[in-house]
Amino acid sequence: MKTTDHIRVLAVSALICVASGSAVFAAENPNRFNRLFTPPEKAVQSIKDDGIHDPQGPAVGVLQEPKQAFAPLEKSISGNYVDWTASLRKQQISPLFDYQDPAKKPQPMDLNIVMEVKGSTPDVVFPHNIHTELLDCSVCHPQVFVPQKGGNQISMAEIMLGQKCGICHGSVAFPVSDCKACHSSKPPAAGGKKAAKKAADKAPKK
Amino acid sequence: MNIRQNWIKRTIASGSKVRIKRRFIAYCLGLMSVAGVFCTTAQAEYGDIVLNNYSDQAQIRPVIFPHWFHRIRYRCKTCHGDLGFKIKAGGSEINMLKIINGEYCGACHNGKIAWAMENCDLCHSAKPGTPTQAHKSSKQSLISPQPVEKK
Ligand code: HEC
Ligand code: HEC
Ligand code: HEC
Repeated sequence: MKTTDHIRVLAVSALICVASGSAVFAAENPNRFNRLFTPPEKAVQSIKDDGIHDPQGPAVGVLQEPKQAFAPLEKSISGNYVDWTASLRKQQISPLFDYQDPAKKPQPMDLNIVMEVKGSTPDVVFPHNIHTELLDCSVCHPQVFVPQKGGNQISMAEIMLGQKCGICHGSVAFPVSDCKACHSSKPPAAGGKKAAKKAADKAPKK
Repeated sequence: MNIRQNWIKRTIASGSKVRIKRRFIAYCLGLMSVAGVFCTTAQAEYGDIVLNNYSDQAQIRPVIFPHWFHRIRYRCKTCHGDLGFKIKAGGSEINMLKIINGEYCGACHNGKIAWAMENCDLCHSAKPGTPTQAHKSSKQSLISPQPVEKK
C-alpha cells in the first residue's frame, strides 16, 4: 500500500467522522454553554435512551423515570443530583430500616471523625450519624475500615478507584466531585487547622 | 451515503486483500469515532446496576437493578445487611433458583412485598450484551469506560 493510499484512507475516515459528527450537532450552537460537560437537567436520562435499557423491551414506559422520582427530592450537584441525606432528614423519603417490620427504627450513633488532610484542603469530617442511619456497623467494620482512630490510611486515588469511601461514594452515593461534602471542617480562622479540628471534634459529639 | 458506498466499491475493485483489510480497519476506526460521539450523549442513571453473570449465556436480556429506586424505599442495611447482597455489582451471583427460593430479589419480589417473578421483563430489561457494572461509577468514568470487572 502506497503512502498516498494510506493518507487517502485516513482522510476519508476523518471526513466521515467529522461529517457525521457535525450532522449530529448541526442543530446545536457551536458556541453554546456546557460544551464539555452535561448539566444536571440533561444528566438524568430517560430510560428509553439511557444506553443500557433495551429500547425495544417491554419495560420501557413501565419502569419509573428517574426524573419523576427525583423531582420532589432535595437537589445536589453530582451523582443522581439528589441530596439523599437532606431528603431523608426532611422526610421527603422514608426508607424502611427492615423490609419485614416497618416499625423498626435505626439507632444512629453521633460521632464525627475528623481526619487531618495535608495542605490547604479542609480536613475531612466523617459523620457516623447519617451512615448509621442507613447502614449496620458490620458493613464497614472491620473489613473496610478498622474501628480505630487514625488506623486507616485513605487516599483520594484509592477512593476514585472504588476502594475505602469510594466503594459507595462514586457508585451509588455522592461521588468525589462534591469535594466539600467531605472536606467540610470549618476553615481555620484563628490558630490554624489544629484549632479548627478541636472545635469540630468537640461540637457534635454530645 | 453515496460517497461511502462508492468508496467501498472502489476499494474492493482496486485492491489486494491486505489493502482492503487495511482500508476496512481505517473505515471501522472512523465509524467508531462517530459512534463515540453518539455514545457520550447516552448514559444511564447514576447507580443503575447491570447484572449479567448468566443472562447472556441464557439468552435473556441482562438485569437492570435500579439502585436509586430501591434506596428511596429501603435503607442500605436491609439489603447489604439482612439480605446479604454483596457491595459489588455481580458479587452476589444471583440466579433465578435463589430468587425463587426467596433469597436476594426474591425476598421482596414474591407477590407480597413487591410484584412477583412472572414479570420477567421488568428485571430483564437491559440491551443484550450489556456487561455487569455499576453504571456511571467514578471508576468507570476515570479509566476508559470499561465495566467494573466481575467479582
Ligand atoms: C427489600 C425489598 C426488595 C428487594 C431485595 C428488591 N426489590 Fe425490587 N422493588 C421493591 C419494591 C417495594 C418495588 C416497588 C414495587 C411497586 O412499586 O409496586 C420494587 C421495584 C423494582 C423494579 C421496578 C422499578 C420501577 O421502575 O417501578 C425493578 C426493576 C426491581 N424492583 C428489580 C429488582 C431486582 C433485580 C432485585 C434484586 C437484585 C430487587 N428488585 C430486589 C423491593 C425490593
Ligand atoms: C426480581 C427480578 C427478576 C425477575 C422478575 C426475573 N428475574 Fe431472571 N434473573 C434476575 C437476576 C438478578 C438474575 C441474575 C442475572 C445475571 O447475573 O446474569 C437473573 C437470571 C436469570 C437467568 C439466567 C440465570 C439462571 O438462573 O438461569 C434466566 C434464564 C432468567 N433469569 C429467567 C427469568 C425468567 C424466565 C423470568 C420470568 C418468569 C425471570 N427471570 C424473572 C432477576 C429477575
Ligand atoms: C433493595 C436493596 C438495596 C438497597 C436498599 C441498597 N442496595 Fe446497594 N446494592 C444492591 C444490589 C442488588 C447490588 C448489586 C449487588 C450484586 O450484584 O451482588 C448493590 C450494590 C451496591 C454497591 C456496589 C456498586 C459497585 O460499584 O459495584 C454499593 C457501593 C452499594 N450497593 C451501596 C449501597 C448503599 C450505600 C445503600 C444505601 C444508601 C444501598 N446500597 C442500598 C441492593 C441494594
